[in-house]
Amino acid sequence: MAKKIHVTLTVNGEAQEFLAEPRELLIHTLRERLGITGPHIGCETSHCGACTVDMNGRSVKACTLFVAQADGADITTIEGLGGPDGLHVLQRMFREHHGLQCGYCTPGMITRAHRLLQENPAPTEEEVRFGMAGNLCRCTGYQNIVKAILAAAAEMNAKEAAE
Amino acid sequence: MIPPAFEYHRPTDLASAVGLLAQLGDEARVIAGGHSLIPMMKLRMAEPAHLVDLQSVGELKGITVAGDHVQIGAMVTQSDLITHDGLARAIPLLREAALQIADPQVRYVGTVGGNVANGDPGNDMPGLMQCLDAHFTLTGPSGSRDVAARDFYHGLYSTERADDEILSRITIAIPSGGYAYEKQKRKIGDYATAAAAVLLNRRGGTVSSASIAMTNLSDIPVWSQAAGEALIGTDCGAEAVTAAVAAMLADIDPQADNRGPIAFKRHVAGVILARAIARAWSRA
Repeated sequence: MAKKIHVTLTVNGEAQEFLAEPRELLIHTLRERLGITGPHIGCETSHCGACTVDMNGRSVKACTLFVAQADGADITTIEGLGGPDGLHVLQRMFREHHGLQCGYCTPGMITRAHRLLQENPAPTEEEVRFGMAGNLCRCTGYQNIVKAILAAAAEMNAKEAAE
Repeated sequence: MIPPAFEYHRPTDLASAVGLLAQLGDEARVIAGGHSLIPMMKLRMAEPAHLVDLQSVGELKGITVAGDHVQIGAMVTQSDLITHDGLARAIPLLREAALQIADPQVRYVGTVGGNVANGDPGNDMPGLMQCLDAHFTLTGPSGSRDVAARDFYHGLYSTERADDEILSRITIAIPSGGYAYEKQKRKIGDYATAAAAVLLNRRGGTVSSASIAMTNLSDIPVWSQAAGEALIGTDCGAEAVTAAVAAMLADIDPQADNRGPIAFKRHVAGVILARAIARAWSRA
């Protein structure tokens, strides 16, 4: 067995430090080591996007990253965006617009949508569809996911304009 | 899908990275974005004992647009390519192609260097670099050398790069004229069934120069000199396009796979090239 390495991560604002085999995949670190189970394991082949997390300001598929590569990184998962005590506007809009059915893809969808809206706060429908192309949903047919993201963008922009 | 164990190295300069490869020999591989290598390791089709991660090697980063050339560090990501305004103005073909690679998450991580160095015929950048007549800088224990993209690919996953060398930089003379990258794929994230990169220059009503390369239609990218020559001196009309497509079809050698039988791939290659020529001509 290869020797373990010392890893430090910031996950949802909290410092984490542990020893791990370099081959540990970031999705396993999050789910099994840290108990952060929002990011899901879907295809495990970097196609479906269920494992999407935000790493250093970029959306990444945590199933296709070694924890060694992530050493030193700042990571945000769906848990870092909002929860039962205070939903993020994207979470609220996904609920309001029925942007989910089984919910399996939703954490990855919302985490990706969050980064998309950081980069492009007022996207067109086409830009949303292009920007969300790395996340697959087998239930909704995407219509309501796109609606939810556009509605969240509108609310975020209206709030900003009012401030 | 648990990949095999390895020892991890993260050098902070190119000399150290090259030194690690020399010291560790056949047991070591470099990892850039890892979006080709990690899936191969999960399938146990690659089992390197050591991985040399290039993410902290400063010399491999950055895009420089200066004078008549562009230099792209090997660790520049597809996303960096898309968002770099100077590069988009200098070589819009690169941005057009990068937008058709994989999906947003993969483009944030996948690198240009990995895409061209891996020797996978499914990758889009190798054909593109041949179309652009790019040069790759290979850095090894005894220094650096430059190799033309058109001479770099030997066969499936076999390239001019020696095991102890790192592809460190790509240099491209800024092209003039019209451009297009046209890609047929089954779904987002798939490799091309067929793709074509085209650069054209126009003088008056005729084509004065043309460069054409095809992706995923042989075990290496195909720069079809004959297809380009078939356009030169013509009005780029239907007859000329038919001749260019026929010349290209003589240069490709697609294999049947889950993207379709050979006859289908040849058909798609012709359609895609004709579209790419039309779009490049409209921009010339």
